Amino acid sequence: MNNIIINRLKDKIFKAWGIIATFIGIILLAVFIGDIFKDGIQRLNLDFLSSLPSRFSEKAGIKPAMMGSIWIMGFTAIISFPLGVAAGIYLEEYARKNKFSSFLEMNISNLAGVPSIIYGLLGVQIFVRALQFGNSILAGAFTLSLLILPIIIVATREAIKAVPNSIREGSYGMGATKWQTIWYQVLPASLGGILTGVILALSRAVGEAAPLIAVGALAYVPFVPSSPMDEFTVLPIQIFNWTSRPQHGFIINAAAAILVLLAITLIMNGIAVYLRNKWQKKLSG
Amino acid sequence: MEDLKTKQMRFEDKGVGKSKNNKGNVVDEKSVNEEKEKHPEMIIRTENSSMYYGDFPAIKNISMDIKKNSITAFIGPSGCGKSTFLRAFNRMNDFIDIFKHTGNIYVNNVDIYNDKIQIEQLRRDVGMVFQKPNPFPKTIFDNVAYGLKIQGMKDKNLLEERVKDAIQQVGLWSEVRDDLKRNALSLSGGQQQRLCIARTLAVKPSIILMDEPTSALDPISTAKIEDLITQLKEEYTILIVTHNMQQAGRISDSTAFLYMGDLIEYDTTHKLFTKPKFEKTENYITGRFG
Repeated sequence: MNNIIINRLKDKIFKAWGIIATFIGIILLAVFIGDIFKDGIQRLNLDFLSSLPSRFSEKAGIKPAMMGSIWIMGFTAIISFPLGVAAGIYLEEYARKNKFSSFLEMNISNLAGVPSIIYGLLGVQIFVRALQFGNSILAGAFTLSLLILPIIIVATREAIKAVPNSIREGSYGMGATKWQTIWYQVLPASLGGILTGVILALSRAVGEAAPLIAVGALAYVPFVPSSPMDEFTVLPIQIFNWTSRPQHGFIINAAAAILVLLAITLIMNGIAVYLRNKWQKKLSG
Repeated sequence: MEDLKTKQMRFEDKGVGKSKNNKGNVVDEKSVNEEKEKHPEMIIRTENSSMYYGDFPAIKNISMDIKKNSITAFIGPSGCGKSTFLRAFNRMNDFIDIFKHTGNIYVNNVDIYNDKIQIEQLRRDVGMVFQKPNPFPKTIFDNVAYGLKIQGMKDKNLLEERVKDAIQQVGLWSEVRDDLKRNALSLSGGQQQRLCIARTLAVKPSIILMDEPTSALDPISTAKIEDLITQLKEEYTILIVTHNMQQAGRISDSTAFLYMGDLIEYDTTHKLFTKPKFEKTENYITGRFG
């Protein structure tokens, strides 16, 4: 009898601990967002979105940083999508399963864990100096592409793996070549999963500051970039810059900019979830 | 019929499934033509065909002929190699890295394990229907048009005509004529399987391989598919693997009994089921093992 009571007690203790563990992150995040919201919402208006940075906190805006983030995102997507998806397709559909391919796989997984500042230093050497892109949007986008490439490759492979083999067999059985099978059957069926992975990877890239600082993104940019070879800044760098200033007005600005960044991330994640659900339905009828 | 019997005689004379002939493996144009003259009605012929997964022999030295416009059933217990054998005729086993084939398989008098043949072309001529209905996650129309589109057919009218023909052939037209744009996965299991047959018919193959095509279906859908298979015999040669001996008895002209990679007995279905020559065959068809 005694045993049962103790075991039940253990059960309750674990349940309580589980609830605490689950809510601790959510509560902290809610407190943090609430605090930022309280500070930032007063500053969030069209002026703030469309003004250039300034010495005066009440005149300063995030237009160059926001446009810089959009430029960076666009080019990162253009560079990383074809590379990451092609690598994922190759590894899943073409590469024979042997020691070399498992060595490649292991390294790609490891690359996803390399600190982002390391990618920044790599970017300086290769894109800024060796390829002479300078401290440009292009150099930043290539650097971020390297950073998110492993994530896209892994997501692509998972999405392709989820396509039932019976579809491939059906296609080959009709006399399709490998590429026809991939292009007409595997890719359309896995595109939702692939896009989900790409968007989640991009929403990680949009929040990165360290590697871009390393490739020479500026803290103060009083113009909106107009070509991929322009110098630039991005939202996280602008936020970092403002939070390091003593005046309270800039802290408010930082809070407002964080709200904008959060909104961008949430929208991107929302699109990812929508695509995932849509394609899951398509595959299962 | 007489011709088929003589072929089987020839086959039996050699000793069941263990025959060795010394013809050699090199096949040139001349010998292809010779083959054609010698066996005008045989659409498929295998000679000393053996198949391996790594070192494991899945099919042991099978030689058999299959007559045009006939239905041949392959029966045998699980793991006897009948699916492996069936999949050799459109080289679907090629996707398994450790698969090896020795001997010769002729389809329409062409040695299909010759390096020079185009596998895509072979698979257009030898269609396949799988155990579990596997329509593509696309519209009904796109499913049937797929084989034609990948061959480069772009003419919309011609596509529509061929798709309609194929769907009519499988008796599905009245059920789907108004929703060709619907996702094929929304059809019932039996309809999906008939759609998969239509998809195969659309590219006009000469042979259709069926790997337990009704094992995932209910009895009514099964009956429909069986009816369809008997009708298709007019235009196509059908090879069907089945676990269901009644099914083999109902629809096939000839039946081959495989056991552990050996072809034990191959005869007209009537003879094999009423007067089997070998004890193993009799034990299997009477349900004593398997």
